[in-house]
Amino acid sequence: MASCPECDANIGIPDDAVEGEIVTCPDCGASFELSKASEGFELKPAQTVGEDWGQ
Amino acid sequence: MTGKISILYDTIRLEEKLLIESAKKNDIAVDMLDCKKLFLDLNEKNCLEGPVLQRCVSYYRNLHSTAALEGQGAKVVNCLNTGIFAGNKLFTHMLLQKAGVPTPDATVAFSKDSALDALKKHGFPKIIKPTVGSWGRMVSKLNDMDAAEGIIEGREAMYPIHHIHFLEEFVQRPPRDIRVIVIGDNVAAGIYRNSGDGNWKTNTHLGGSAETCEITNELEDICIKAKDAVFGDIVGIDLMESNEKGMVVHEINNTTEFRNVVRVTGVDIPGLMLEHVKGLA
Repeated sequence: MASCPECDANIGIPDDAVEGEIVTCPDCGASFELSKASEGFELKPAQTVGEDWGQ
Repeated sequence: MTGKISILYDTIRLEEKLLIESAKKNDIAVDMLDCKKLFLDLNEKNCLEGPVLQRCVSYYRNLHSTAALEGQGAKVVNCLNTGIFAGNKLFTHMLLQKAGVPTPDATVAFSKDSALDALKKHGFPKIIKPTVGSWGRMVSKLNDMDAAEGIIEGREAMYPIHHIHFLEEFVQRPPRDIRVIVIGDNVAAGIYRNSGDGNWKTNTHLGGSAETCEITNELEDICIKAKDAVFGDIVGIDLMESNEKGMVVHEINNTTEFRNVVRVTGVDIPGLMLEHVKGLA
């Protein structure tokens, strides 16, 4: 569990989370990228969908 | 030889998580490399162990990191040529046509006026697509000249790639298309993607639903030819069932998403991908 830097709501971090994964705040909808911290993960603002994203 | 694979990514989607899980399950050593944290000295030789599975979702990051790594001597899947050719709908169209793979009729025009001239000559409806782009973004159906003038005028104000007007026939077909995953010479699995309510596009990003598509000999043959046409190794091939021409390939995806294929067919696409890439070491 982490606190949303935008609205302070609780954001669940999945057990199988990996660095670089995107999580979204259930309250405000802001997206964050999981970044490795000394213990677990910290949240940093995620790039929203880029103009050149795709497959 | 270590049997190790590097997976180059910039965002962890469900696909990348499935690859990580599969590597753990099958005891395949993988290095997850975040392309956003990577710098490459271009005069140096490749220092990565084993082949690289390219999974960057950003087109430009994907293309340029492949060029750099391949130039340094790494084996990258897919290769730079596939990134270039499959990443551009016009390039793909020309190569498919050359290889004898059925593909929708298309016209390219290089200004608003010439695009409108082409539409006057060929009529409506037509689909206008960016030559580079994914997920159905900025793909529009032009039903008449008024719509065409408005949409093309808007595109003229955008980045120059959008001034290349790629006009494709609106293929009369059942309200679905087909996504097939090809891994090496193995046509691994396919799904039908049904249009979402009231939407002529079939991208599952846009609400379309999916069901298993049986891989017939005809489908297998077309998909292998299409993959080879763009020098691909692991690709997602999109086809439509044209009422007039039978199956036509309209897109080849260089860094294909496969979550819906796995979900619907149960085929272990990530496992097959990793085994294939490991075998290239």
